[in-house]
Order: sequence, then C-alpha cells, then structure tokens
Amino acid sequence: METAETKGIPRLRVGFRFQWEPAQNAYVLLYPEGMVRLNESAGAVLSEVDGERSVADIVQNLERRFPEAGPLTVDVLDFLRDARQQSWIDIR
Amino acid sequence: MTDNPNPTAKASGRIGPPFWLLAELTYRCPLQCPYCSNPLDFDNTRQELTTDEWVRVLRQGREMGAAQLGFSGGEPLVRQDLAELIAEARHLGYYSNLITSGLGLTEAKVQSFQNAGLDHIQVSFQASDPELNNAVAGSRKAFEQKLAMARAVKDAGYPMVLNFVIHRHNIHQMNDIIELCDRLDADYVELATCQYYGWAFKNREGLMPSREQLVKAEAEVNACRERLAAAGSLMKLIFVTPDYYEERPKACMNGWGSLFLTVAPDGTALPCHSARLLPIDFPNVRESGLSSIWYDSAGFNYYRGDSWMPEPCRSCDEKGKDFGGCRCQAYLLTGNADNADPVCSKSPHHDRILAARRAADHATTGLEDLTYRNPENSRLFFRG
Repeated sequence: METAETKGIPRLRVGFRFQWEPAQNAYVLLYPEGMVRLNESAGAVLSEVDGERSVADIVQNLERRFPEAGPLTVDVLDFLRDARQQSWIDIR
Repeated sequence: MTDNPNPTAKASGRIGPPFWLLAELTYRCPLQCPYCSNPLDFDNTRQELTTDEWVRVLRQGREMGAAQLGFSGGEPLVRQDLAELIAEARHLGYYSNLITSGLGLTEAKVQSFQNAGLDHIQVSFQASDPELNNAVAGSRKAFEQKLAMARAVKDAGYPMVLNFVIHRHNIHQMNDIIELCDRLDADYVELATCQYYGWAFKNREGLMPSREQLVKAEAEVNACRERLAAAGSLMKLIFVTPDYYEERPKACMNGWGSLFLTVAPDGTALPCHSARLLPIDFPNVRESGLSSIWYDSAGFNYYRGDSWMPEPCRSCDEKGKDFGGCRCQAYLLTGNADNADPVCSKSPHHDRILAARRAADHATTGLEDLTYRNPENSRLFFRG
C-alpha cells in the first residue's frame, strides 16, 4: 500500500559516500573525517538508495533480493527514519 | 545499525590497519601562523616526495585498508600535482579531505578538484575580522580571499566546513565568529583552541587563554547554539577546549600506531603529525613499504600496547582509556616521552600544567611578541 512515507525518495546527503570496504568486509558510509561500518541489513537498504527510487521501490527490490526475509516495509522505514535522524540521508 | 568501525590494537590484541592517512604534501605555506603544528625546523626539510612517490604511498595505504585521506601541509595548494593526487585518491576509493588556508585557491581550482573527485574541503580562519585575521596569519589579503573561497566551496555543492584556531587574542570574538559563519551559511564550524605543539608550544604563553576567558567563551558558544537552534539553523558548532585545563589526558590519536599514519613532506612516516619532535628514529616511505612501516618498524611499535608505561600509568585503571595521554606532550613538558602526560592530575609533573594555567592568568605577551612561523625564524632552530 502506498503512503506518503513510501512515496518518498531518499538520497544520501552531500558529503556522504556509500561503498563496499574490503578491509572492513562490510558496506560503509564515509563522511568528512569519519566512517560508519554498516551491518548487513543497513548495507542492503543503502545499496538501493540512489536518489531516484522511492521507498516503495526499494522495499520491492529488497523483498525480491531477500525473499526469505518476508515483508520489509516496516524495517526499511524504521532504518530510513534512523538514517535521516543521523543526517545521512534526506527524503524528498 | 552500526558498530565500531575501528577496533583498536589494544582491544583486539592485534594491530589493526591504519584508518587515516594524512598526507602532509609540503611545509611550504604563504601564511605565518604562530601556532602552526609543523616542526620548528621545517625549513631544514628538503626534497619533497615526488608525484610518483605520493601515488605509491596512496596505493599502499589503500591496500592496507586506509579509508580516510587528508591532504594538508603547510599549504597543500602550493603543490602543482594536487588535482592529480586527488584523482588517484578517488580512483583508489579513498574519502579525500583537503585542509587548506584557502590562499592560492580559485573557483577554477575548486572545480578541478571536484571533477577529480575531492570529497571535502575545510577552510581555516584566524579570526572574525580582517585586521586580527591578517595580523595572526602574517598576510595582508588573507581574510577577503578566505571569505571568497568559503563561498566558492559552498557554491560548488560542498558542505562549508570552517575551522577557527582559537587563542587568547581571539577567544573574546566567539559571538562575532559564529555570526560570520552564520552569514556565510556554514554547515560545520570547528572552534579549536590551539594545541601546544610545534610553533604553538614555542608561543604557548602568548596563545593560551586564561580559565576566565575560556569559561566566558564556552558560555557564549552555548548561547549561540541555542539562538541558532531556535532560528532553525542547521549549522553545527564544535568547540574544542585546550587539554591544559583538563585533569585527565586525551586519548591521543586513539593510541599510538592505532588508526593514524602521517607521511611528512620528505617521506618520514609518523604516528601523528607532531611525533617528529620525539627522539625516535622514524622510517621513511622512500626506504620501506607502508605495510612494513606500520606493522614492523621500531618507530610505530615504540608505544604500542602498555608494557612501556612507567608509574603512575602502569597500575592505573584508566590506562586502557587514555593510553597515558600524549607522548609528545610528555616529552615537551618533562623531557621524557615515556612519562604520563602531565595533563593528568596523577602525574608527578602536573605542576607544569598548573604553572602554565597561572601564567595564562597574567600573560602580557602581545601578538607582536610571538614568533611567527616563517623560513627565517625556522632557520634559528637548526643553525647552531
């Protein structure tokens, strides 16, 4: 079901870079003079954030990638709210 | 959602890779700030690394797992190969930070660095008004140029990150500095009181604020924070106070040889940018690979772990938290880098910190009495 929240399009804020970091064996988020190492689910969600896909698209892609995980809307929204709180992303 | 990216050598019982690589590209600089962290005898350093040598260092660092890269100096803009090095850093996957005075920067250069993949630019200021700024920087045109470049950085789409070095001659300007930053629409503002190494140690008595000045400044910064938040500003203010007013030392560099690797202009590899002043032989990237320097060299292993610690650190239950503080500060203030950082109230040398605080209450040293960081003054420190 589409809601105002799932229609939103998240994108990384200026200055943040998301990438796979071999030395950490994890996805990380790099920002001025710092880095956060992301756990697997956070890495999976941010790998879908490209500034074009809506939250609904992201959920759909993740549910396709991880069919065993079941419905993911609530988890993805929780994470994105948290990520926005941390100023990693904004949502248009 | 996240976990600690940087398990230190101490926590895991083994040495982790360097996370930060600081490339001090040059000691050359058009400014003469009397609190510069470069060594006093910087002008004795010849033979900067070549472009190819820097590229090799960047590659080796990235292979080891370094993710953050700082380009600093001196003034890194004087290197004509900066855009080339930025492009290489981006290609390798570094997050690259340029730490600059803004002098020598142009809109075209900002554009070329951005095209090369630079992630972040920090512009340093000396004060909120041109007279004081230019007096401290020892340059007449510095202030207007800095303002223009701060705007150019923001116009290019970067966050505007400004750094003000705070000392007893500008600490009364907090309101003005923050107002200037707000007018410029800065995103992050670091108000960093001097750390007393290099030229700042030489000039400490003329730079260190009194406790009274510090308390007043902190109150002003806090009031500004509230005003800004109420006005809906997103500007972040970070006020770094001097450790000379603390009772416990800082966990310097998060531990010796734990996360930071500095390469000086001549290729000397250091566990921090001040460590060159210690009586320790540090390796050079011209002679060894970065990996063997980091993991195997005597210099980088000198203060790893805690078996080197004398009392009171040895039996202290906080040694895992602050690693005994800063080796350079211990050396500068006690003559022996093994000692506890005298900032610690448990240190038998803590009286030297107390003396510095008392001196700050009565100091009359004017700006004109400071020793400015320039080649002429530098030569005084290496010619017998």
